[in-house]
Amino acid sequence: MTGALFVLRLALREGRAARRQIGLYAGAISLGVAALVAIGSFRADVTEAIHAESRSLMGADVELRSTSEFSGGARGLLDSLRQDGVPVSRVTSFTSMALATATGKTRLVDVRAVEGDFPYYGRIETAPANRWSRLRDGHHALVDPALLVYLGAEVGDTLRLGDAAFVVDAELRRIPGEIGIQTAIGPRVYIAADYVEETNLLQFGSRARYHALLKLPGAAAATEFVATHRPMLDRERVRAATAASREEDFREWFAAFTRFLALLGLTALLLGGIATGSAVHVFVRRKLDTVAVLRCLGGTQRTVFAAYLLQAALMGLVGAMVGVVLGLVVQRSLPSLLADFLPLAVHPSIRVGPVAAGLGIGLWVALAFGLLPLLTVRNIAPLRALRRSVEEPARRWDLARVAAYAAVLGTILVLSVTQAPLPAVGLAFALGITLTTAVLWATARALVAATRKLFPANAPYVVRQGIANLFRPHNQTVSVVLTVGFGVFLLGTLHVVQRNLLDQFAFETSGSRPNLVVFDIQPDQVDDVRARLAAAGAGETAAVPIVPARIAAIGGVSIDELLTDTSSLRRSRWALRREYRNTYRDTLVASERLIQGSWWTGARPDTLPARISVEEDLADELHVRLGDRLTWDFQGVTVETVIASVRQVDWARFETNFFVVFEPDVLESAPQTLVTLAHIDDARRRAEVQRDLVLQHSNLSLLDISVVQEVLERLLGSVALAIRIMAAFSIACGAVVVVGAAATSRFQRLRESVLLRTLGARTSQVVRVLAVEYAVLGSLASVLGVVLAALAGWVLVKFFFELRFTLPSIPLLALALGTTVVTTAIGIFASWDLVRRSPLAVLRDLAD
Amino acid sequence: MMIIAQDLEQTYISGGRRLTVLRDVNFTVEERGLVAVVGPSGSGKTTLLGLLAGLDRPSQGTVILDGQNLGPMSEDDRARLRAEKIGFVFQTFQLIPTLTALENVLVPVELQPSRRWPAAEAAAHARDLLARVGLVDRWHHYPAQLSGGEQQRVALARAFANRPKILFADEPTGNLDAETGHAVIDLLVALNREAETTLVLVTHDPELAGRAHRVIGLAGGRIVSDSAGTA
Repeated sequence: MTGALFVLRLALREGRAARRQIGLYAGAISLGVAALVAIGSFRADVTEAIHAESRSLMGADVELRSTSEFSGGARGLLDSLRQDGVPVSRVTSFTSMALATATGKTRLVDVRAVEGDFPYYGRIETAPANRWSRLRDGHHALVDPALLVYLGAEVGDTLRLGDAAFVVDAELRRIPGEIGIQTAIGPRVYIAADYVEETNLLQFGSRARYHALLKLPGAAAATEFVATHRPMLDRERVRAATAASREEDFREWFAAFTRFLALLGLTALLLGGIATGSAVHVFVRRKLDTVAVLRCLGGTQRTVFAAYLLQAALMGLVGAMVGVVLGLVVQRSLPSLLADFLPLAVHPSIRVGPVAAGLGIGLWVALAFGLLPLLTVRNIAPLRALRRSVEEPARRWDLARVAAYAAVLGTILVLSVTQAPLPAVGLAFALGITLTTAVLWATARALVAATRKLFPANAPYVVRQGIANLFRPHNQTVSVVLTVGFGVFLLGTLHVVQRNLLDQFAFETSGSRPNLVVFDIQPDQVDDVRARLAAAGAGETAAVPIVPARIAAIGGVSIDELLTDTSSLRRSRWALRREYRNTYRDTLVASERLIQGSWWTGARPDTLPARISVEEDLADELHVRLGDRLTWDFQGVTVETVIASVRQVDWARFETNFFVVFEPDVLESAPQTLVTLAHIDDARRRAEVQRDLVLQHSNLSLLDISVVQEVLERLLGSVALAIRIMAAFSIACGAVVVVGAAATSRFQRLRESVLLRTLGARTSQVVRVLAVEYAVLGSLASVLGVVLAALAGWVLVKFFFELRFTLPSIPLLALALGTTVVTTAIGIFASWDLVRRSPLAVLRDLAD
Repeated sequence: MMIIAQDLEQTYISGGRRLTVLRDVNFTVEERGLVAVVGPSGSGKTTLLGLLAGLDRPSQGTVILDGQNLGPMSEDDRARLRAEKIGFVFQTFQLIPTLTALENVLVPVELQPSRRWPAAEAAAHARDLLARVGLVDRWHHYPAQLSGGEQQRVALARAFANRPKILFADEPTGNLDAETGHAVIDLLVALNREAETTLVLVTHDPELAGRAHRVIGLAGGRIVSDSAGTA
């Protein structure tokens, strides 16, 4: 009992005087805890918002969706519902070109024509406010802000959609249940359904989706409605969802998304753990004498160890508390940062669960990582109080050390598995981070050892002294190289991958490669389109036919039977039900490679059905092989085919690629549209030809490369932001370790600085020694991070993205240089009082 | 007898060589004795002190303190014995830098396993001791805010805080100027007489050695002289 009380008193008394160490130690833990608390609270905020606005996510109780106009049973069902007085709304969406008449700019958009009182729940927010209700009062359009920016237009301007003109009445601020990033390719334009016909856009070949939204008495009625009509809806290829099932979808999607973020937070926390271990090491080194005295005065090993374990715990707690506060601040900024990924408005509030978890996890990580260095407290000999030069006993492998290592590994494992979207992902993450750390650690050690070995013996004194400082007893060199190197590694890898993706894109769009796609061309428009493109500088362009079809049967078994067949082959339902856009031609194109069978040459033998070539992944999804027979349904006309070859397709290339290619002389007379790719160098002529084409042929859709570029940058930007934040965390942890390393050797440095200055060294020389030391330290970390980043980037680009790899050497060099400069600055700053103070003041300090 | 040292020998392995720093050390100290251990640097004085206080184990021989044989005791048992019966004064003062003067004096009180002091009583006791060394007004100061002589006086107060039967002092004036050292010696001897403690001190200081009842001379790890001094 005496022991416990003493431990507590000592911890509280010592803690009062140790504010500086607390700052250092707590700082390392705070950042990671902040990330976890922010993400955990944010997840709870969103889940709550989703639940509270469950019905407004859909705006209705039930939604029916189809890729063709409702017909047969589905149509009958909707008619009878209306007769029974059930509120039914319709939304028909299709892609089209929007032309801003004021600027002449065009953009592919997603038009949504609304009929009825949708939404029944929730509000569609507009700016200026309350414009949704007057959508049907005239030729009004409500549009995404991004569209206006792209077109250079503003509210009040005229927008042409097909043959009709609309006034932009407001910008869309938020539509419940829609995630901003989904509309990146096709910005939304809402109009009233009454005017769709005027546009002349809903023709053959346009990819329209049809939605019906129902208001029912409640969730139970919705579930019952869907259950009752499911078999008929399945037959009609109509998908049905209730508000509750939509909520569930969102919840799952969002849980996976935030858990991905949580893994990033966890990385920060584990790096914080390493920094904490380093800070505890510093702390213990400073306490050696105190520990020895306590032992002399009769403190047992256990009492003294417990006293410092408690101090470590208190510091961990302070760090975790600071982290919680920081996390709550970050939580407030997340809704706007992640607005692109959020389906609804989120109101942050303080939540007990994530806060308690943050405190607990922070405290635990601080203890688990602090335990190893703390264990040395047990081995400090009391004799040390009598004489300084007591040899420290060699580290021994006792049960406590094994337990400490187990605590660290167990912590990584348990946290990863509980924070990850799936246990398997967590395991992989734990393994990944342990391996990465191990590789970084081993490389750091090798680098440090090499520096020592290759150390220039005839270098100037300042350089030799600076480098020698890295190898002073109890140095933190490897820790610093590891944590700073980790940050550089993350930033470097991110940059290498991002650069390669963008470079690939730039390469694909450079030179004479196509930068404009024109699709939905009707056969009678082809000549005019090609002529206009040629006049704009595109030269001769080819038009590729697209013939929409569905699979009617495989091997003589009808699609309905296949869809209900749950026994043998689990064929992809998506692949069975989808509408295919097939083409026909007599040659392979550059982005394709034949991997099975043979390409057709010459005329088709009369005995065989039409020959087709199937893309390899689709063949897997459908479970079909060379020689299998597929029956296709072209707008009611069935065509028998046989698989004559299987192709591999490089989808990454900006080309017209197809899942299924028919041999010529089969589909020529089937209803079809055409697509053409063009290259027009001059951006202005490209914009002009788009305007002219849209004015002339309002049904055409055009995709300019600049749109794709914009989308790609937006997507990469969102992912990169998260990774950058994590890298910033790890670099901050690295800074904590640098400061800690400077603190460890403070006493030695004091003596050296006195000695040097007594021997006549000028302040500038002392600074230069420091500069050399930290510059070398920063360079080692940079080299480590950059080299491993190049390696990881190469692996990712080459084997994961399967792209050509180029090394962005100048940015990596800049990163390395920047890191070195920052490390040097922090190091000198942390030691500044040694430089600033007069030798006499330092001497007095030492005498005390 | 308060202290019995029998056939003490201490050898270290240093750089692969056996180094004998103490051999054939035999002596006893009676209760309330005041013994000075003197000798040149490297003669084994501090090693002997460490062995007597149970800070280290002898390679051979026995130390018996107040009837208890240190030999079979574990590290922690010896720590408990020190908490109960032993006080320390160090050459470098060894006050805990993060504790105030009062708190430093309180450490041995709070570490005592056999007696649980009520907080107020412990604090009063520590204050009395600080008053005795003339520093009661400085009770809330940290070691860095005290001069060397003041630090050593706090260390004296701390040494007597657990009412030890034996006090070990390692060069208590070694880091002080002559005048301050003189004052500290006076205080040490006076406190020792009042508390009726057995005192073993290691010193270079002839003045301090002169105040001992008995002076044991060490050289090359052996006792080379053992004479009674003037009281």
